[in-house]
Amino acid sequence: MSAEIKYITEPHPITGVSNAKLGIWLFLASEVMLFGALFSTYILLRVGSNHWPHGWEELNVPLATINTVVLIASSVTMVMAWASVKLNQFGKFRMYLGLTVLLALTFLVIKFFEYRPKFDHHQVWLHDGTSMRGHLTEDDDEQDYILFTRDADKEHPDVHHEAEKIERERIFRHSSFGPGHSNFFGTYFTMTGLHGLHIIGGVIVNTWLLFPGAVMFRTNRERFAGRIECAGLYWHFVDLVWIFLFPSLYLL
Amino acid sequence: MSHDDHHHGHSHGSAHAHGDHHHELGFWQKYVFSVDHKVIGIQYAVTALVFLFFGFTLMMLMRYQLAYPKGTFPSFFAKIFGAANMPGGTMLPEFYNQLGAMHGTIMVFLGVVPLAVGGFGNFVLPLQIGAPDMAFPRLNMASYWVFFVGGVVMLFSFFVTGGAAQSGWTSYPPLSNIAPFGQTLWLIGMVFLITSSLLGSVNFIVTTVQLRAEGLSFFRLPFFVWAQFVTAFLLLLAFPPLEAAGVLQLMDRVAGTSFFMPEGLVVGNRMVEVAGEGNPLLWQHLFWFLAHPEVYVLILPAMGIVGEVIAINTRKPLWGYRLVVYSVIFLGFMSFIVWAHHMFMTGMGTTMSAFFQTTTMIISIPSVIILTAFVISLFGASIRYTVPMMFALAFLPMFAIGGLTGLPLGLTAADIHLHDTYYVIGHFHYVVAPGTLMGLFAGVYHWFPKATGRKMNDMLGKLHFWGTLIFLNGAFLPMFWIGMAGVSRRLYDQTKYFHGDAVQDLTVLSSWSVWLLGIAQIPFIINFFASMRVGKKVSDNPWAATTLEWAAPSPPPHGNFAVVPVVYRGPYEYSVPGAASDFSPQFVAKA
Amino acid sequence: MDTSPYGWWFPPNISMHGAGIDRIIDVVHWFMAVLFVGWGIFFVYCLIKFRARPGHQASYQLPKAKISKVAEVGVLVFEVFLLVGLSMPVWSKYRNDPPKAEENPMEIRVVAEQFAWNFHYPGADGKFGRTHPRFMAADNLIGLDRSDPLAADDIALNNKFYMPKDRPIVLRLTSKDVIHSIWIPVMRVKQDVIPGMEIPVWFTATQTGHYQIGCAQLCGNNHFTMISDLFVQEPEEFRQWQLEQKSSGGEEEEEEDA
Repeated sequence: MSAEIKYITEPHPITGVSNAKLGIWLFLASEVMLFGALFSTYILLRVGSNHWPHGWEELNVPLATINTVVLIASSVTMVMAWASVKLNQFGKFRMYLGLTVLLALTFLVIKFFEYRPKFDHHQVWLHDGTSMRGHLTEDDDEQDYILFTRDADKEHPDVHHEAEKIERERIFRHSSFGPGHSNFFGTYFTMTGLHGLHIIGGVIVNTWLLFPGAVMFRTNRERFAGRIECAGLYWHFVDLVWIFLFPSLYLL
Repeated sequence: MSHDDHHHGHSHGSAHAHGDHHHELGFWQKYVFSVDHKVIGIQYAVTALVFLFFGFTLMMLMRYQLAYPKGTFPSFFAKIFGAANMPGGTMLPEFYNQLGAMHGTIMVFLGVVPLAVGGFGNFVLPLQIGAPDMAFPRLNMASYWVFFVGGVVMLFSFFVTGGAAQSGWTSYPPLSNIAPFGQTLWLIGMVFLITSSLLGSVNFIVTTVQLRAEGLSFFRLPFFVWAQFVTAFLLLLAFPPLEAAGVLQLMDRVAGTSFFMPEGLVVGNRMVEVAGEGNPLLWQHLFWFLAHPEVYVLILPAMGIVGEVIAINTRKPLWGYRLVVYSVIFLGFMSFIVWAHHMFMTGMGTTMSAFFQTTTMIISIPSVIILTAFVISLFGASIRYTVPMMFALAFLPMFAIGGLTGLPLGLTAADIHLHDTYYVIGHFHYVVAPGTLMGLFAGVYHWFPKATGRKMNDMLGKLHFWGTLIFLNGAFLPMFWIGMAGVSRRLYDQTKYFHGDAVQDLTVLSSWSVWLLGIAQIPFIINFFASMRVGKKVSDNPWAATTLEWAAPSPPPHGNFAVVPVVYRGPYEYSVPGAASDFSPQFVAKA
Repeated sequence: MDTSPYGWWFPPNISMHGAGIDRIIDVVHWFMAVLFVGWGIFFVYCLIKFRARPGHQASYQLPKAKISKVAEVGVLVFEVFLLVGLSMPVWSKYRNDPPKAEENPMEIRVVAEQFAWNFHYPGADGKFGRTHPRFMAADNLIGLDRSDPLAADDIALNNKFYMPKDRPIVLRLTSKDVIHSIWIPVMRVKQDVIPGMEIPVWFTATQTGHYQIGCAQLCGNNHFTMISDLFVQEPEEFRQWQLEQKSSGGEEEEEEDA
């Protein structure tokens, strides 16, 4: 009946890009605004805070460093996957894109082990203005006290404390080192969590391209290369966000 | 559903979509899960019109409470809303606040924007640039359905314990942080609506940049396309910060963070157990960073429609086309640096306030230019008083009032008295209700023949026009006096104030106008549905217009044009000396 | 009140700085009226003169609209005048120019809550007693630490505010819970009250009388009831009132009914 939509595969003669590529760049521009707003929030809250800890005092820097390496490696394999499509090497394409997905999953697993202990570790703030860190041994709503085991002191790491009773009326609040602990942990969980969601999104897209979507490798390889390129642009962006998150949250 | 529809907007075109049109589509694919930009546009428009009407009924209820704060509602309403909202016929303040917050949210995010951008943008833009469809048809469908889900979440929130969001459409924390569960649903609904907008705006920009017909350079684009193009950029770049803010508020509400909660909060004489050190103003900055560009998202598409309708019905070129286009682009840029003029009363220093009131004054200049250009376009014209033209002409003085009353609000010193009063309500409603809505109605009457092949009835149209014009003014004009007297917005009962009691008569006048305005919409509703079946059949180009959408059959088939159009001239070549007729279409080689 | 001073335009102004605000609003509205009427005359003229009718043709030529450029430049110039000549000076005085010590300003802390205004007077010693959110309770709405000797003569009022005329008043605005906005129409004073911040505003009354203080920012269900009475008194009368207050260390509400 009529014309097809143009520039799905071939680039527009003036703009020099295909529709999808322009689309993904625009999408990334809006993502920049999203993370930009969150980074601004982080700066504003940190500047306005009286006791914002250094990231390395509270967070697991070694795990995050490993994750940085993992994510950079996945960006490299993503590029290799794209190159393999261009060179018409289906086997290599499968391998590299598969590796990208695996590395992304590795990142998520490491992230899980980074998050996990934060939710077991607690801090209790008392009305007299002091606070203590440790583990909740017992928190029964029926009782008017909680049992709390303090962490070992920094100076005497082998001296372990016994669980002690703290009356609820002395407690202002207690919290795990989850998002509600402080604005530091709030921003940490929100930003890394949102970044994690982006990783999961990338895993879903790449997995789709790896299996059902790969049919196009044979039917329309040029277009398929375009898809891998767009997925790659997205993946590099997610990688880039982490490159900013890592020093801001963990090292400063 | 393919990965195209996936939330982070990975889209790779539409080969399959266009493989389909050789065989007959089933009902579901043709009308419900359609990828055709025209069907999606109509879906958007009809859904948005329903939401507009629904948002309006919320206001009709509120106006009763405002006009008769000491009275009770008729028993009919008491029965419908039950003891939870209206015990014994007395509206509870919390119900009033829900109606207020949801009226704003629904009108802005579920009514005007979906109609102006989702409806008209989707239907008209690809036609006007001579494209077979949007660049990403399946993304387009996803955008509509994500919007739809967002709307359903918003409506559903009325039925949960504690009711819908009730902290104003601006949802300022800490109030919104401690509000009932409906606020959480509001935030979730907003995330859906924002996602839908993002998908849509990417699509509009790519379509405009990549898919223009041969010969259609940027300065041959109809003004409407320019307006949509700039709007899409505003949506693309201004919405993400609100999404970020929404996520932060959601965390505050469900994960116990305190991004917007300072320490030492005491609610009902109990200390709130949060970490503190948050900043309530942070929300306002993030919110208004979106919400000011959002004002231009509301107004620009309507301006685009008005420009089209005026050019066609004056039978002469639009005056200062390039100047108007530059003004729109400039407006777009400037709209990102005026946001804090919504926050003059937050304790801002002199430097900040000087900066933001200066940018606010500067942004008024392009608006003045656009309005002036439209009026000068009337000079030397031959004005056809068609129904869409009447609405478009009414837009001009209405928008002028809306724009002018923005001046005292933009000056910090005058704002001390007027901030958060009914003056503000009057101001922005003149921009978006008598202003934008007039433009949108003009668009409905103008493009109805293209969408259906039939014209809407003139008689009913004129009835609708005069009723709407009179009662819109009756509703909003008194607000300037009410505001000047010092009556704050969002008051359940203004008569508790000395100065509020003194202007109660004006409030009653406004309320009656609102209800009559509702009645004035009946001819429109009848006209809209009846004309689909029995309206006068018209040719492909009933208005004798020049732009590309009139080259397509009415209604256009999937794929739009029978012959791929080529463009030979600018968009508004009317009454060209020596031409055969008084219009020289863009798509005709020799006219 | 039969002859209410409140009507369909400004509420009465009884503050020193209010006239400046009223003047700028008046000037802007005259400017708007001139623009709108001038524009409207041209608009209506075009609507009638250039209506479609047999024998009438639109002209392709675009008018050389010098007048529009003149108008636009005129608008721009006037806006600069509004900004620099009127708005900024008034604002700068309102925000950046607190009363000097020799003007003998009176400081009062304001503690806003859902849905009431609490006023904390320092009492005879002129010094505020310590407060902390921990002490806030139904009988101690401002959270006064009663063990602090400075608190002994402090006065706390709920939804009632007494002040002398002709003396600068500095309100130190704080909020317990959500954002409120203090709005004293007759004083032309409006200022958001934001939890976690203390924001000062100042004004001087020129007339005595009974007025209202309201809340201009939606603060919850009963936002509309958040109204405090405002009594502006002759200085002598105010001193008398102050002496009558029981200096009971922030007992929540004093009974001052005569």
